[in-house]
Amino acid sequence: MIGVLASIRPDSWNLPLFLHVLGAMVLVGAVAAAVVAQLWTVTPTDGDRLRRFSFRTMLFVAIPAWFVMAAGSEWIYSKEFGDTEDDPAWIGIGFMTREGGGLLLLIATICAGIASRKSKSGLARASGIIAAIALAAWVVAVWAMAAKPD
Amino acid sequence: MELNDWILSLHVLSAFAMVGAMVIFWIMIVSLWGTDSTSRVASLMRVSQVGTVLIAVGSLGTIIFGVWLSISVDAFDIWDGWVIAAIVLWALAVELGRRGGKLYGDAGMEAERLAAAGTETSPVVAETFGASRAFQFHVASSVLIVLILIDMIWKPGA
Repeated sequence: MIGVLASIRPDSWNLPLFLHVLGAMVLVGAVAAAVVAQLWTVTPTDGDRLRRFSFRTMLFVAIPAWFVMAAGSEWIYSKEFGDTEDDPAWIGIGFMTREGGGLLLLIATICAGIASRKSKSGLARASGIIAAIALAAWVVAVWAMAAKPD
Repeated sequence: MELNDWILSLHVLSAFAMVGAMVIFWIMIVSLWGTDSTSRVASLMRVSQVGTVLIAVGSLGTIIFGVWLSISVDAFDIWDGWVIAAIVLWALAVELGRRGGKLYGDAGMEAERLAAAGTETSPVVAETFGASRAFQFHVASSVLIVLILIDMIWKPGA
């Protein structure tokens, strides 16, 4: 399996792979920042600021990055697998975490938006936990994309 | 899974930690752009602490597992042009990032100290969280990291 990623790919695969990986990296960084901000509040003044920071990070960075990652994944998939019916396990993990994580990110962003507007610390914490679950799933996806288990 | 699969996955996870940390710092810099509020900066210092841990783990992981991989995989050698380019770019990116991080860290600690003492604004903080030398270091480091990613994917000359 090491040969697949480490070997030379056709040139036409490189740009979609670059977009997919870069989008995923920005997504992971943005969601990590949002999670820390939501779950690591000390004072009430901090809370308002960090809730707003977390919401804006998810809305303006994480969600656009998710779309770049997803578009890149579809593009590289169409080139690498085309019309193949039997996908390897790591592709299944990738699709599952992409779609499931995207849904969790959307829910977390909505919760963060409401929490930020109405100063609800419980909802902000829920948003942080939901986003942390998505983040954990994406870490598993990164491992699967690199190690490519059968 | 073979050993090389694990090395590759740890190399890639380290790269995600490294770039993820850079993204965290970018989000902080943009959200604090031009602020002179010591309490605003102090609030976000906890987020930056996570970024600092991630960048340390990611930087070390990428170079250790990357070099290991270039030795372990038969198709590549450590003296391949694109591998040497990646190592040089990595060293430059880490050094520039370290310099920028130190300037931002110093300003952040100053903001925390002032905020705790009840001082609400600071021109030093405002200067650092604008188009400062720290920002220039961060931009340069980020550009180099994107170049590493391009080098890793395109593998020029391989």
